[in-house]
Amino acid sequence: MGCGATKSNELQAALLIQRWYRQYVARLEMRRRCTWHIFQSIEYAGEQDQIKLYNFFGYLMDHFTPANSERNLISHIFRENEICRDIEWERYFCYKNIEVPELYSGPHLSFPLTVSNVADLVEAFKNKQQLHTRYVLQLLLESWKLLRMLPNINQVSTCQTKEITICGDLHGHLEDLLLVFYKNGMPSVEKSYVFNGDFVDRGKDSIEILLILFAFMLLYPNNVHLNRGNHEDYIVNLRYGFTKEVLGKYRLHGKKILKLLQKIFSWLPLATVIDQKVLILHGGISDTTDLNIIAQADRHKVKSTSFLLIVDMLWSDPMPQDGCIPNEVRGGGCYWGPDVTEKVLRRHNLQLLIRSHECKQEGYEFCHNRKVLTIFSASNYYEVGSNRGAYIRLGPDLVPHFIQYQANRSTRELTLRQSVGETERSALRALREQLFAHKSDLLYAFQDYDTDNTGWISLKHWATAVEAVLRLGLPWRVLRSQLVTTTQDGMLDYQGWLRELPITEPKTESLLETMYKQRSNLETIFRIIDSDHSGLISFEEFRQTWKLLSSHLKMEISDEAILDMAVSIDFNKDGSIDINEFMEAFRLVDRTMNLPSEPNHTKTDE
Amino acid sequence: MMSKAVISEIHRRIAEAFNVFDNESSKSVDVREVGTIIRSLGCFPSEAELHEMIAEVEEEEPTGYIRFEKFLPAMTKVLMERKFRPIPKDVLIQAFEVLDQEKKGYLEAEELKKYMTQEGEPFSQDEVEEMLSAALDNKENVIFYKDLVSKMTFEDL
Repeated sequence: MGCGATKSNELQAALLIQRWYRQYVARLEMRRRCTWHIFQSIEYAGEQDQIKLYNFFGYLMDHFTPANSERNLISHIFRENEICRDIEWERYFCYKNIEVPELYSGPHLSFPLTVSNVADLVEAFKNKQQLHTRYVLQLLLESWKLLRMLPNINQVSTCQTKEITICGDLHGHLEDLLLVFYKNGMPSVEKSYVFNGDFVDRGKDSIEILLILFAFMLLYPNNVHLNRGNHEDYIVNLRYGFTKEVLGKYRLHGKKILKLLQKIFSWLPLATVIDQKVLILHGGISDTTDLNIIAQADRHKVKSTSFLLIVDMLWSDPMPQDGCIPNEVRGGGCYWGPDVTEKVLRRHNLQLLIRSHECKQEGYEFCHNRKVLTIFSASNYYEVGSNRGAYIRLGPDLVPHFIQYQANRSTRELTLRQSVGETERSALRALREQLFAHKSDLLYAFQDYDTDNTGWISLKHWATAVEAVLRLGLPWRVLRSQLVTTTQDGMLDYQGWLRELPITEPKTESLLETMYKQRSNLETIFRIIDSDHSGLISFEEFRQTWKLLSSHLKMEISDEAILDMAVSIDFNKDGSIDINEFMEAFRLVDRTMNLPSEPNHTKTDE
Repeated sequence: MMSKAVISEIHRRIAEAFNVFDNESSKSVDVREVGTIIRSLGCFPSEAELHEMIAEVEEEEPTGYIRFEKFLPAMTKVLMERKFRPIPKDVLIQAFEVLDQEKKGYLEAEELKKYMTQEGEPFSQDEVEEMLSAALDNKENVIFYKDLVSKMTFEDL
């Protein structure tokens, strides 16, 4: 064996190893993409439910006649929509009686706010301190006063402020906001910012983000502009975690704070326009979008005449094909195409539309011939390592410059394999929950393919059946090896597989399964009914709610079935249902709802 | 002679893998993702073989995108002919052993780096860094290739 032969062996060996390794990386990349799809499809399916709930309440509001036994329940729910004078609200939100104790070690605010007040605030939140209720209410009241004076559409000019920074969804990710401030500098008269909605929900520091944004807005009203997102909405907050966060952090006054926020959210402006050329709003547009009409609307009214136009602005998504169709995936707003972008931009003499609302792997993405730009600022949104966040800097030339980042230093140190693994585990867990929720339907679908009743079906049929039932549009054949671990000769024992989906076996199977499927809706409705936020609702209210929901969703539930279930879940004998215990019965571990456990939950900040 | 059912199942697998990268439902993907798609379907092409295949499915005037219409038949052929077969574990280990001239049972980081970036179809800096960070035994700064091969082998689809 001479030199030449050895060299050629080494070459062959290297080629082989390279070929193998590239294949490995490709498999990982595929898994990462699939994981992404899983999260996105489940997220949007959840939003669909949300809109159904809206429609449900909208329907009730429009058609309700207080003649039946449901009267108490409905008026309970809709007490919030009574029209009261602002003067009465200001009295209700009065913070003056709330004392700040000596022991309180958090930041003290004075009004009008000073630069050092706001700097202290940011520093305090960085150190995981909480702002005292008194200051929270004061800050929110001042913000409310300011917002009520703003137009629906903010007009901003670069000649006054040179460069403008635009941030997308933050969703309670305080570390991302702090990272942006660190990299870009905090807002000031020299540094303007536009925050494009969805400040709250999902992440665990939503209230802190809001307080910081409002504080800067009060300090620099000409330089800090906030647009409303679809999550700046109290019903959405009931489902997606913001309500829970506030009630957990402010046990005594949380309810008051939420009430005030409800009003504030409805007063947030809907859009910002820069130099009359760049339109910034949270969701998007539709073929009926007309900024002149929107400018005239009563944006704070629940059922304003421009209600649908506003929903479009907050909920829509772009699509590659021409046209404008209802957004079935989200359940609200529309999908709009490049032709609509052209039309609307031309109608108002604009050159670019900047929006957020959709998570993007790189933090930003162009579409529609670079006329539409999506910007998303919450990194690691689905899970650690899932995506980067980004922000835009816009100068007088109106050419966007992007800065990307990823909070959580350790993600950068994870290998590709490790970060894919983390995210994937999370996605698969969420997917198994979905599968479990559809157990009965899946069983029927599998049995359809098992004509000889052998208990076995082919993997091909498994994939087809699962897609037909779940309708998430996921690549089931690609995911198969992660979801189905034991097969024999390409066949699956489907009953065994269904049994192994790792969630507890419910006693009254089909009813609990149905409830599990509806659990987000149920939880939201419970929280609405529990208007004093005590965590308890009466059994009668529960029964009525369940009947209402089931009739709206066209399900059959008898009173006896509800009673049976009540007994098996073992409610308190005083006829009260503890919401948390009830939801716990489904053994939910929803990471977005987990509140941080603070070492010293001081009563001094209430 | 493959049955229709088998072929239609192959078509579905290819379509699923393709759609994962077709973000806008435009029935086409960025040409730079095609390698990932082909490999995720269980194939182990070399870079040269990959480029050959891409040339086959590209448009006459390359647009930077590959259309599903052209990709499907070519990929179906690849799967049916079982082209670009996987590398058996023992063959892979033998390859490492060729590079491990002193038969130590491991490779130094620098050794592997040198081979991967200078021989065969060289890795980019990023590729080799990523490989090392996954492969390196942190305590001893070497790569125990037998363990590595076990760790990084997926089940067949």
